[in-house]
Amino acid sequence: MITLEKVSHKWEDFSLKNISFNVKKGEYFIILGPTAAGKTLILETIAGFYIPHEGKILLNEKESTRIPPENRNIGFVYQDYSLFPHMTVGENIAFGLKMRKLPTSEVETEVQNIIDSMNISYLKDRSPSTLSGGEQQRVALARALVINPAILLLDEPLSALDPRIRESLREELKRIHRTRGTTTIHVTHDQSEALALADRIGVIINGEVIQVDTPHKIFNEPISEDMAIFVGVENIIRGKIVSREDGLVLVDIGHYQIRALSNLTEGEVNVFIRPENIILSKVKLESSARNSLSGRITKITQFGATFRIYMDNGLSALVTKQAIEELGLRIEEKVYASFKATAIHLIRR
Amino acid sequence: MSIASALRAAKRQSLSLIFLVIGAVLVLFTILTLINMIFRQIVLEPEGLLEAASDPEVTKSILLTLYASLLATLIAMILGTPLAYVLARHDFPGKSIVESIIDVPVIIPHSVAGIALYALFMSRSPVGKAFSSVGIIFEDGLWGIVVAMLFVSAPFYVNAAREGFQSVNPRLDRVARTLGASQWKAFYRITLPLAIRHLFSGAIMAWARGISEFGAVIMIAFYPMIAPILIFYKFTTHGLKAAQPIAVLLILICLVVFIALRTSSKYWERRK
Repeated sequence: MITLEKVSHKWEDFSLKNISFNVKKGEYFIILGPTAAGKTLILETIAGFYIPHEGKILLNEKESTRIPPENRNIGFVYQDYSLFPHMTVGENIAFGLKMRKLPTSEVETEVQNIIDSMNISYLKDRSPSTLSGGEQQRVALARALVINPAILLLDEPLSALDPRIRESLREELKRIHRTRGTTTIHVTHDQSEALALADRIGVIINGEVIQVDTPHKIFNEPISEDMAIFVGVENIIRGKIVSREDGLVLVDIGHYQIRALSNLTEGEVNVFIRPENIILSKVKLESSARNSLSGRITKITQFGATFRIYMDNGLSALVTKQAIEELGLRIEEKVYASFKATAIHLIRR
Repeated sequence: MSIASALRAAKRQSLSLIFLVIGAVLVLFTILTLINMIFRQIVLEPEGLLEAASDPEVTKSILLTLYASLLATLIAMILGTPLAYVLARHDFPGKSIVESIIDVPVIIPHSVAGIALYALFMSRSPVGKAFSSVGIIFEDGLWGIVVAMLFVSAPFYVNAAREGFQSVNPRLDRVARTLGASQWKAFYRITLPLAIRHLFSGAIMAWARGISEFGAVIMIAFYPMIAPILIFYKFTTHGLKAAQPIAVLLILICLVVFIALRTSSKYWERRK
């Protein structure tokens, strides 16, 4: 559906380097990356505002690198929604249809249909400046969807909203995608947003695609140390594979040896363990598919609704307040950190 | 509010209050200068004003001034709007040089500008000759007045228009493009309507600047006499009594026109 082939473009102070990925028809694809990673520029390049200095863009398997934006049939929603301030909500939504020279009566019906389906018909005659963030967002979506775009491009569509509305609009995006099946590329820096919505995720850091994969693989099997840091793996340990048996490898990480599930058979490795996959206990949890490492708590910090426990064995874990109370977790306390062999991801170093 | 609390309030705001008093001097200076002249003319010598208003030489000269400046403003709009758009939306090598060149007429003395314009457009010059072959005469002609006014007033229009285009978020234009608008349609339907208020006030500024021009015009076209030159001529030949009525008449007409334009543009704005 959408293919970027080695797309490179240089701006005065930023460049996209060798961007390649492919979005399938009907897919909800999320471009995830930190601020200033070049995410918006990728969307704008797909939309046709920049002709890449190198590489190709294929839309619908058709070479489209030089097709002007108005002929690409793309719906675009910016982070600030970019509603036309000199038009009413109704006129904003009708704009794309008028540009397609639809007869007035048809424009009317189409506009009415979309605002009914998005429950915003009460906004029709209002001016954009009088709308709340959530309302503007819905109008911007309606304006982009009414033209029945082949591709919907969403640039941080939820990040300007307060958390409560964000949740409901996230569901709305899901619902729209389910009912309309529009191929969607959604750009965000918010990992929970990416997890909640994406069929697949492409991680972009500093103008480069680092990894394109399913959400599960992105978060549990990052392909590099940078990726692991970015997706919050936290526990990144250097080790060396010492033996291999029954599909499990034994990795020496200094004072301990741990069992991990991996395709690797030998050599120096980086060991990734997500903190939420570590269970803390007062007694050693023995099992062949589980590792249980002793350690002493060195630091406890609050992290949103959960607490982060740091141990002198180099690991950190996420636990609830309840768990802290039940286990009596305190600094200097001795604990066991347990994690399954399947919760470990190894990459070659 | 008691006097004591008013004093306390005043003390908390002492900086702004003192600055207000100092700043008021400047405002008073402007008002006093104009009101003094207008008051003396209208109240003390109304017959002089009526006489000037019924003098065809005077009315013709004022109309010529308004008309020539209108032509200069229209030319500034036709040539300046595209320039302003490019400057607002694009970066290119030498852009700051272009911006400085636009501001040059504001900085150089207007008599100097007049001399320069005369040298370029006088009837003996190649440019003057070329234009006179198609019937456009600059030296002591309407078009001489227009080019002089254009030269000094164009920066006001271009700068206002550039600010106007800069105030429009380019993303609006981009969204319009994705919705199927060509570059031209997006400009016409989105960017232009959103910047129009700036363009309009820039045009009013340019027009006012053109009307007030004296130094540049007198060098290239002493005749036909625009109002500022007529006022100067009357003042030097017949004194204040002959010059002041024309000055008052010009200022009154200008005030009426500008107030009318401002109000109509505000009304326009509210209707949108």
